[in-house]
Amino acid sequence: MLKTLRTIASLGIVSEPPPDPNESLRVSTALPAKIREVLGRSLCIRQVDAGSCNGCELEIHALNNPLYNIEGLGMRFVASPRHADLLLVTGPVSRHMALALRRTYEAMPDPKRVVALGDCGCDGGIFGENYASCGRVANVIPVDVIVPGCPPSPLRILQGILTAVSSAASRA
Amino acid sequence: MATPAEVAERWWSQAAALPGSPSAAALAVSAVAWQDAARDLAAAGAQLLALWASSPLGSTHRVRAAFLLQGGRLLVLALPMPDPDVVYPGLQQLFPAASRMQRAVHDLNGIRSDDPDRRPWLRHAAWPEDVYPLRAGGAATVGIEPALLEPDHYAFVRVTGDGVHEIPVGPVHAGIIEPGHFRFSIVGEKVLRLEERLGYVHKGIEQRFQQLPLREGHRLAARISGDSAVAFSWAYCQALEGLAPMDVPPRALWLRALCLESERIQNHLGDLGALGNDAGFAFGLAQFSRLKEEWLRALHAALGQRYLLDAIVPGGCAVDCSAAAAALLAATARHLASTARELRTIYDEHAGVRDRFIGAGQVSPALAQRLGLIGLAGRASGQDRDLRVDRPWAPYADLAPVRCLLHDGDVAARVALRFDELQESCRLVERLLAGLPVGPARAELPSTVAAGLAIGLIEGWRGPVLVALETDGDDGGGGIRRCHPHDCSWQNWPVLEHAIIGNIVPDFPLINKSFNLSYSGHDL
Repeated sequence: MLKTLRTIASLGIVSEPPPDPNESLRVSTALPAKIREVLGRSLCIRQVDAGSCNGCELEIHALNNPLYNIEGLGMRFVASPRHADLLLVTGPVSRHMALALRRTYEAMPDPKRVVALGDCGCDGGIFGENYASCGRVANVIPVDVIVPGCPPSPLRILQGILTAVSSAASRA
Repeated sequence: MATPAEVAERWWSQAAALPGSPSAAALAVSAVAWQDAARDLAAAGAQLLALWASSPLGSTHRVRAAFLLQGGRLLVLALPMPDPDVVYPGLQQLFPAASRMQRAVHDLNGIRSDDPDRRPWLRHAAWPEDVYPLRAGGAATVGIEPALLEPDHYAFVRVTGDGVHEIPVGPVHAGIIEPGHFRFSIVGEKVLRLEERLGYVHKGIEQRFQQLPLREGHRLAARISGDSAVAFSWAYCQALEGLAPMDVPPRALWLRALCLESERIQNHLGDLGALGNDAGFAFGLAQFSRLKEEWLRALHAALGQRYLLDAIVPGGCAVDCSAAAAALLAATARHLASTARELRTIYDEHAGVRDRFIGAGQVSPALAQRLGLIGLAGRASGQDRDLRVDRPWAPYADLAPVRCLLHDGDVAARVALRFDELQESCRLVERLLAGLPVGPARAELPSTVAAGLAIGLIEGWRGPVLVALETDGDDGGGGIRRCHPHDCSWQNWPVLEHAIIGNIVPDFPLINKSFNLSYSGHDL
């Protein structure tokens, strides 16, 4: 126990500041003006892997590490879509996951935002569309923000999430 | 009377060497010899690694089975199927892992074994039963709108009795995990039976390979399972370079090994943190995820990539390591190793963590042997296979990697094995950085590549990764006739169903994480 406490005390706080939102990532024109009003500074995220290679998941996990410290920003990953404000989707959507993804989206309360992650989520990536793959996320559910990259870095993911809930678009 | 080992050697001695991985050979067999050989190999303790089929245009269908023999040798049996509607002898009685692979062969190639389990495995509702995506000319797309896809009905095995009920979980899980379905039959909290259903992330990888130029397949290989990008892309390149044939520069081989050990370090650090967290010890996640981030940032500074999805290319490496970068990586590896040693004592002395780890999800060495448990999970259950040690490919012979082996087969053993392998990989990284040969990091792939079948076989962090690559030959722009990638998750997923029996449902996430199997690498 002493060793545990000593390790915690000697490290201190290692969290780093978050990135700014980036309007170039926004693909939807729907205005998220109300989002901040409704959510305040807290955001619940439901993540769905709709067919990814699991590379994007590795970088999403990194958001929970002490350096990116996403919970310190008031955001957390939740288990149920009923609790979620934002849906974070990875992968080309496999045909076998299309139904589960749509049901997850429909189970979320309004207002809701969708961020499609990674080259595959944005445009189907190297897998594209075929007998088993529906391609990009927008082919199956409406998407607000896309974050390209293979996989995108944790900072890019955080930027995409912040863009989805920022009110900059409503001012423009 | 010949010993089983001597009988198995007779099959090996008839086989012809394959290009690519060292000690790989192929043998064409009749249906009778297919069964005889499988029986002899099973008796000699060989393990079925992969089973797949090729259905090339204008040529005979072939079912192939790859076996790992003593000393890390790989024997590939090829069974020609002039009439694909004829049933071939399944290997499920000798090798339980064969069953799901045989079902997948039917889903994709339309060739059926005599396995009594005739349920589809990778095919759900995305394409019709009589369409075979890997047959020549079969199903580039099928005309079902995504919006119209309906759930199909899969015949799970029902457990009945007083107080037995079912818990269906997935495909969407509660955390940031890949999708799959788990059907628990339980009494009270205790699990009587777990049945897995996978295939949710099947995205047509094998068909996609056939549309790619031979020289670009490594990019797709790296994206079969993102956590094993180095292992798969190296296996693909090993097969391709064997067909060419060409010599890869020594510096490139050392850099590849650096990438492979780095991948092992990343995944072990991630798992050690997640396992602490699943045991209710959030401190572990915070510490190990911080260490992992430190390593990823050092990699990014040194090689320009956090995850090495684009590091390994035909002919060598797309990344190189300067002297300054090598110093940074070596210092980081030393720091990781010493910090992980301290954290290990904290895990070992934490009563709550020990209580959750010890005895959970146990797979005895005897059961592991019978079911064919392999790789990291196998080595935690006394299965002493590690290709880096058994049959070192370049540059591993120069590195003398030490085999890590434990026998308890529970979560605690799989955690301890990760701690051991983490130390060994940090040592190997330091050794690789200190001894990096001078010279180019990449050579040109020859302008022509020979036709034929080649094998890539690499010990990834999870276990053996196999790539079987077939081409009609290439004079610069040719294609892939067939590429079958195999992740050892195929072997280990069915064993997880046994590991959970008698445990309580709340321990499942912990036990599942201790195996950490790939969904994408399995579903393809």
